[in-house]
Amino acid sequence: MKVTLHIWRQSKPSTKDDFAQDGKMVRYELDHVSNDMSFLEMLDVLNEQLIKKGEEPVTFDHDCREGICGTCGVVVNGEPHGPESGTTTCQLHMRSFKDGAEIWVEPWRAAAFPVIKDLMVDRTALDRIVQAGAFVSVNTGAPQDANALPVPKADADKAFDAAACIGCGACVAACKNASSMLFVGAKVSHFVHLPQGRVERETRARNLVAAMDKEGFGNCTNQYECEAACPKDIPVRVIADLNREYLRAKVREEPANTKRIGGDG
Amino acid sequence: MTWLCDFWRSSVGGKLTMAVTGVLLFLFVVGHLLGNLQLFSEPEHLADYAKLLHREPALLWAVRCVLGGALLLHVVTGIRLARQNRAARPVKYQKEEILVASFASRSMLLTGLTTLGFVVYHLLHFTAGVVHGAGAAKAGKFDGFDVHTMVVRSFENPSIALAYVGFMVVLFFHLAHGIQSFVQTLGLNHARYTPVIRRLSVVVAGLLAGGNILLPLSVLSGIVKVAP
Ligand code: HEM
Ligand code: FES
Repeated sequence: MKVTLHIWRQSKPSTKDDFAQDGKMVRYELDHVSNDMSFLEMLDVLNEQLIKKGEEPVTFDHDCREGICGTCGVVVNGEPHGPESGTTTCQLHMRSFKDGAEIWVEPWRAAAFPVIKDLMVDRTALDRIVQAGAFVSVNTGAPQDANALPVPKADADKAFDAAACIGCGACVAACKNASSMLFVGAKVSHFVHLPQGRVERETRARNLVAAMDKEGFGNCTNQYECEAACPKDIPVRVIADLNREYLRAKVREEPANTKRIGGDG
Repeated sequence: MTWLCDFWRSSVGGKLTMAVTGVLLFLFVVGHLLGNLQLFSEPEHLADYAKLLHREPALLWAVRCVLGGALLLHVVTGIRLARQNRAARPVKYQKEEILVASFASRSMLLTGLTTLGFVVYHLLHFTAGVVHGAGAAKAGKFDGFDVHTMVVRSFENPSIALAYVGFMVVLFFHLAHGIQSFVQTLGLNHARYTPVIRRLSVVVAGLLAGGNILLPLSVLSGIVKVAP
């Protein structure tokens, strides 16, 4: 099959004052594309041709190419990870497009995700949110007996729904407000349904929201685009969990100078 | 105080502010409609209702302050959040698909600001009585509480009646998204109830806007007339 590509080319990294730099959409024609190629393999073929012609190949992020690492995010025809639901770009295949299709490929668009080059963006904002407390900080030693800490199946399922997040950032890319609340909601919801995670639920909710706000993401307006775009089908229920957890944590927050009998230790 | 400011300034705190003030305004719209529907009963009833509201000036002003404060907070927070949202995407997509977001959800700032304009106009019209000479009509019977005549005289003018219909259509869109939105923002999401609430949101918004639209339409069509 034959496709016409419009790809965002940007040679210099985004800065705060000049986000787009020299970026523009460039048109490429590509022939002899196989139905069985993945979308990234199609880009590989394009890059080989560009290199042969002595042109700069298109920079794009990828790693596992099996839909589990979350690295391969690009917006294809206005949808993060392209038109197939519940699918990462590396698992998207050219059979999802018609012969002669025109395909627009753009990077994630968000102030918190500056473009490094072409289609590759800097997603360390999500890492900094995780570092603010999206983990359990007690050292649990060796794995204990699986049945020592019973977790009801319904809770385990809810936690697992959220734990399926691969941190790709498609929720931010899809959101009309570039909000990361599906991502942060997934982290909060993942831990709050498990006994190990519940110990730090309040500091976690407060710290994750503070970290998220520092990065310059937008605010959720409950349009649910994130849920529709998520390659792991994370439900917006996790955002309701986040709202509830944050409210609870703020209401229960004690003043910083609260005196304790045991002192500060 | 800094605690409250920090809460309001945060993203989730701002959303919760929108939800709580939105609920208050929503409840006001429900109560206001129930009062309005008395236009279809005896003119004395509407006058009695108006007098009842004015019986305890302290209570009336307390309610007005709460609602006014909620509206102010709703508008200020809504504009702040919308500006942050715009700034969060400095470069637009060249090609952008809408996956599921409704028209109503994408026009909340516009429908909200239009509703703000309507609230100001409506207060000047019926509460202060300074536009369309409505104040003079009210001063007639029932110790200066002839609300019935005032409303009917106003809506006999087709441009006023149609303006009210138009504003209610705008309010419909705001609430069609807004009702289910405050439920989600307040942290309530359940596999069984959420799909129902999303549909009910449109139905309730339709009933509220439709109920209010009945008033100008029934005056225009001559079903409700000035009492002899
Ligand atoms: C009678 C008047 C009004 C009522 C009953 C009302 C009701 C609501 C409700 C229930 C919500 C949903 C809250 C949430 O997302 O949790 C909402 C959201 C919102 N309202 Fe209003 N509102 C009114 C007036 C206004 C005005 C005057 C503005 C002007 C700025 C406004 C702007 C907004 C915005 C920007 C949102 C957030 C949209 C979103 O999150 O999608 N509203 N409103
Ligand atoms: S490359 Fe790992 S998910 Fe696509």
